[in-house]
This record gives sequence, C-alpha cells and structure tokens, in this order.
Amino acid sequence: MIEVRDLSKSFGDNEVLKDISFTFRPGQVNMIIGQSGSGKSVLAKCMVGLHKPDRGQVLFDGQDFIPMPLEEKKEIRKNIGMLFQASALFDSMTVEENVMFPLAMFTNMTKGEMQDRADECLDRVNLQGKNKLYPSETSGGMQKRIAIARAIVMKPKYLFCDEPNSGLDPQTSIVIDNLIFEITKEMQITTVVITHDMNSVIEIGDHIIFIHNGMKWWEGTKQDILRSKNQELNDFVYASKFMQTLKAELGK
Amino acid sequence: MDTLYQIGRYAIFMGRVLSRPEKLKIYWDQLVREIDKIGISSLGIVALMSVFMGAVIALQTASAIDSPLIPAYTVGFTTRQSIILEFSPTILSLILAGKVGSNIASEIGTMRVTEQIDALEIMGVNASAYLVLPKVLGGVFIFPFLIAISMFLGVFGGWFICVATDITTSSEYIYGIRYDFRPFHVVYAFIKTLVFAFVITSVASFHGFHARGSALEVGRSSTQAVVYSSVLILLLNYILTQLILI
Repeated sequence: MIEVRDLSKSFGDNEVLKDISFTFRPGQVNMIIGQSGSGKSVLAKCMVGLHKPDRGQVLFDGQDFIPMPLEEKKEIRKNIGMLFQASALFDSMTVEENVMFPLAMFTNMTKGEMQDRADECLDRVNLQGKNKLYPSETSGGMQKRIAIARAIVMKPKYLFCDEPNSGLDPQTSIVIDNLIFEITKEMQITTVVITHDMNSVIEIGDHIIFIHNGMKWWEGTKQDILRSKNQELNDFVYASKFMQTLKAELGK
Repeated sequence: MDTLYQIGRYAIFMGRVLSRPEKLKIYWDQLVREIDKIGISSLGIVALMSVFMGAVIALQTASAIDSPLIPAYTVGFTTRQSIILEFSPTILSLILAGKVGSNIASEIGTMRVTEQIDALEIMGVNASAYLVLPKVLGGVFIFPFLIAISMFLGVFGGWFICVATDITTSSEYIYGIRYDFRPFHVVYAFIKTLVFAFVITSVASFHGFHARGSALEVGRSSTQAVVYSSVLILLLNYILTQLILI
C-alpha cells in the first residue's frame, strides 16, 4: 500500500503540488490523470524519490520514505519497478542483460538462475527468443514490454508506469494496458499509472485520481468518472470526440 | 559565485562517485569495458599524433640549430625533452580531453535525458558511482600506458625522420636522446598524466550527469566538458610544473 499525505512541491515560486493526499491499495491499478503540466509526473517523481517534496509524507506499507537515510531508501527501491515513458532501457545491453541487470546488481543468483528468471519474465510479456537483441533492434511496443519485464524481474511490491502508452498505436497500447492489469492482479502489486490517455483509464483503471492545478481535484473509480458532474474533470475526460460519443451512448 | 557553486556541486558529485560500490563484480566488468573504450580505442590517434609530432619537433630543431657550433645530437636531446616533458603528457591529454571527454559527456548526458539514469536510481543503484567510477579508474589506469606509448613513438618519429632525411646519423640521435637523461622527468610526466586523466574523466562525467532536457543540452554539456577540462589541464600543468620541476 502507498499512502501520500499532504504532499507539496514548489520549483522556485511555482507551486506545482499543493497538499495532495491519497491511498493506493495493492492489487489495484491506480491511475493519476491530468492535463500536461498539471503536476502528475512531478507527483510520481516525488513518490519514488527522484524529487524531494517541500513537505508531506510518502508511506510505503507504513514506512515514511522521504526522511529515510539513503541505505534504507535503497531497500524500499528494490521493491519498486518503474516503466518509463521512453522505456529507459540501457542501450549498451541486450534485452536479456537489461532484464537481468537488477538481479545481477542486488542478488547472489548464479548466471543460470538469472537467465531462467529473465526468460520467465520475457515469456510473461510474450518476448520469447528476443534475448540477444539490442533495444535499438526492437520496436517501441517491444521496448515497453522489455521495460515491463525488467520492472517485474525483482518481484516488486510497487509498480510505477509513467505514460506507458506514449508513442504507441492503439492496438499496442491495449496490449501494454492489459499486461499492466494482468501483472497487477497476478502479483498483487500496488500499481500507479500516470497517464492522460482516457482509453487506458476506461480499460484498466481501478482507482483514479485527477490532478488539476497541482491539487487533487477528484478521486473515484472509472464508473464514477462517467457519472461525475465535476466541470474540470468533465472538460478533461470528454475533450475527445470518442469520449463525447461514449457519453452520449451511455446517456441513451 | 557561479564558479564556487559549480566547484561545490563537483565536490558533492565526486563524493557520491567515490562511495562504496554495490557489487564489486559488476564494477570490475564495467572497469574492463571502460579501459577498452577509453584506452584501446584511442591507440590509433595517440600513435599517429606522436609519430608525426616527434618527426616535426626533430625537423624544426634541426632547422633552428643550423650551426657547426651546436652538436648534431641536440636534435635527439630536444625531441626527447619536448616529447617527455610536454607533448606526451600535456598536449596529448588536451587531445584526449576532446576525444574521450566529449565521448564520456555525451554518453552519460544521453543516458540522463533518456531517463536511463533515473531508471538506475529508482532501482536503488548509486548511478553516479556505477557510471562514473569505472570511467575515472579506467582513465587513470590506462592513460599512463597511452602516454608511455606516445613517448616511445614520438622519440621514434624523430629518429625515423632524422635517418630518413639525413639530418643526423642514427647514432648521433640516439646519443642525444640518452644525453643528460633524468628519470625524474618521466616520473613528472606520469604524475601530470594521472592528474589529467582524473580531470578529463571526472569533469566530463560531471557535465554529462548534469545535462538536462534535450539533445541540444547533451551537445552543450559535451562542449562544456571539453572546454573546462582543457582549461583545467593548462592551469594544473602550470601548477604541477611549478611544484614538481622548479
């Protein structure tokens, strides 16, 4: 479980996050949505420790992450998997080496054991036989799947996904969404997805928070979103013709 | 004020770089890769520059001392002194600051802007130590070998041109390179080399690590790495010469 309490963050005079609080539970796909520049990526970076918030708490299963000494933070981070917008695979390593990297760094597994675990994870994301390719030899969708395999190789308790569908076609986006959803349920991970893709929200979102002007503006389930009367949320959700049509259909 | 701020940032950065590695085996593998990347891949340019510089120094010396009062072995002596004291440790380090420094800064800078460094940090890896320590140690280890090769090839280039163009005889040149030889000059050259290797690799890594934003920033960090390392090499060259040689 991840709890965020009264989190605030400023860059100079610009207050990006204002007293944000919420709780994300295990086994759920928790989504942070909002317009570009609303502060959702900064929020995620504060949660994983890439930015230091001005005040507030981030608790991973009750442990306050922010004031922890570096060594203790490292222990928490071993339980965090992260899928980056641009995949962030290591260019100089093969697919297999990318997936094995956290194991090589933090476990005492033998090379054979690491290869078996990497194969298991690559099978899970349907990338059998791609072990020896380099990231540059794979497509955008495959890179996302490799990044998911790397993120789950250490059997994490928390999975962060920053714009997982960015740059992908609709079909591949659904494949990635489904993978994130299935892995969350199988491994009972607390998954946090940062997105502005409403298709993903409707497809896999269990618990959604809407960030607007640096504040938590709305919180609920995907069913609640479609019924919400919140003006700012509706402006965001129904910006596309597709969502307007969906709303009209549901209205009927 | 900004200079002091940057010095402070560099000191904090190096503090993190020199902290205890997570797993020595991984760092060892990285170190071997960096030695290959920094050292072996620079051998060609080092050899080429050294042979030609040795030859040019010999030719220039010969043309400048066209007098029967100055012995012919002066060509060998001057070539040796120029190569050992200045060309190999300093000028070659300046050239390597351009080649190796820009390569390190752009490699780490690209990793920064493509979030690969963030990925390392979220995994719990000390990204500065993992990426930079093998480069610094690799550079400090391999640069003296490059400089030693450069010294040999520079002196050889001078000998070759003297013999090939009949400026001096082979024995006069060899007498010149052995005349008044002080082994401490070689020690002085290696001390400078070690310092310059540390400066080139650490300053380039610092600039790459703190690149932000886009490819444009990576290019800028790469340029800054070369400029700052070159200025530092020149400054430290003066300080070290004053301290060690005078």
